[in-house]
Amino acid sequence: MTGEGDHVTDQKPDRILDSDFFRRWLTVAAAMVEREAGRLTELDSAIGDADHGSNLQRGFRSVTAELEKESPAGPGAVLVLAGRRLISTVGGASGPLYGTLLRRTGKALGDATEVTPGEFTEALRAGVAAVAQLGGAKVGDKTMLDALEPAAEALGASFSSFSAAAEAAEKGALATVPLQARKGRASYLGERSIGHQDPGATSSALLMAALAEAAEATP
Amino acid sequence: MSDGEQVGIVLVSHSGAVAEAVAVMARGLAGGGATAPVAAAGGTPDGGLGTSSELISAAAAQVDRGAGVAILVDLGSAVLTVKSLLAEGDELPAGARLVDAPFVEGAVAALVTASAGGNLDAVEAAATEAYQYHKV
Repeated sequence: MTGEGDHVTDQKPDRILDSDFFRRWLTVAAAMVEREAGRLTELDSAIGDADHGSNLQRGFRSVTAELEKESPAGPGAVLVLAGRRLISTVGGASGPLYGTLLRRTGKALGDATEVTPGEFTEALRAGVAAVAQLGGAKVGDKTMLDALEPAAEALGASFSSFSAAAEAAEKGALATVPLQARKGRASYLGERSIGHQDPGATSSALLMAALAEAAEATP
Repeated sequence: MSDGEQVGIVLVSHSGAVAEAVAVMARGLAGGGATAPVAAAGGTPDGGLGTSSELISAAAAQVDRGAGVAILVDLGSAVLTVKSLLAEGDELPAGARLVDAPFVEGAVAALVTASAGGNLDAVEAAATEAYQYHKV
């Protein structure tokens, strides 16, 4: 990858995504959450209740611990299991939201033992739509969706380039800074929520960055 | 209720103290004697502020008598966690329902109705109707 515009070719057309790929995605995501937990909590202390980093840390630690014990059969089962753990352990709104994202994506993948990037793209769209439905938010409300929607769109428009998705998510997260929050606790702040990057959009961008990193590490 | 079983009530708050206190208050205002089963699921298992799917599932199982369970919630993650548990399908009893209601007033209305033998629809209607109780 050298920059924008190369994404169309960065996904090997015959790439197959198996359980190991999705385990790697979640393991990389957990490591990124560990590394960035302080920053996520700091962003959350500006417009939220200062627990986003520690909540996700608890959730993703539980996901990796569970994945070490269990060997779910197939990509769908890996994501469903991870989603359940997040709903059970995070303790804040990001638990059911990320839990729903992974669980619905996993359910959409069904019980195939391997999936194509195109199938994953379709499944992730279903997952993102479920998040929008659960939280009742839309793009521009200064939420996770400001990173997830552009990421899903970029996947669809780039023959499922994961680095294009990561870039779109990061761009979406940065673009939340001037927005006024319209959902969640930050919305109580009204105009005072303007000028801060949304913690949920930021962690969503991490999740997409983890996807791209997992793909790069996959032979 | 044809089979005589009562609807159970679960109160989900970010705070264990709030959920417990609202349960106590609802029992008191529902009038002395035996009331329908009500359980609090507040805060996190370690006593912090937040929402715990384990506490919610346990509370729902505790009050389930087979006539349905009305779940009242405060805000944010409490709403989203119950919704996602309901979408899951197997972590809450059959007949569990998220009820759209103000937390305190709705809890009282729900428990009074459930204690009088109202079914789940009646309990939900009473709790939701509490939104119409304007104070000014």
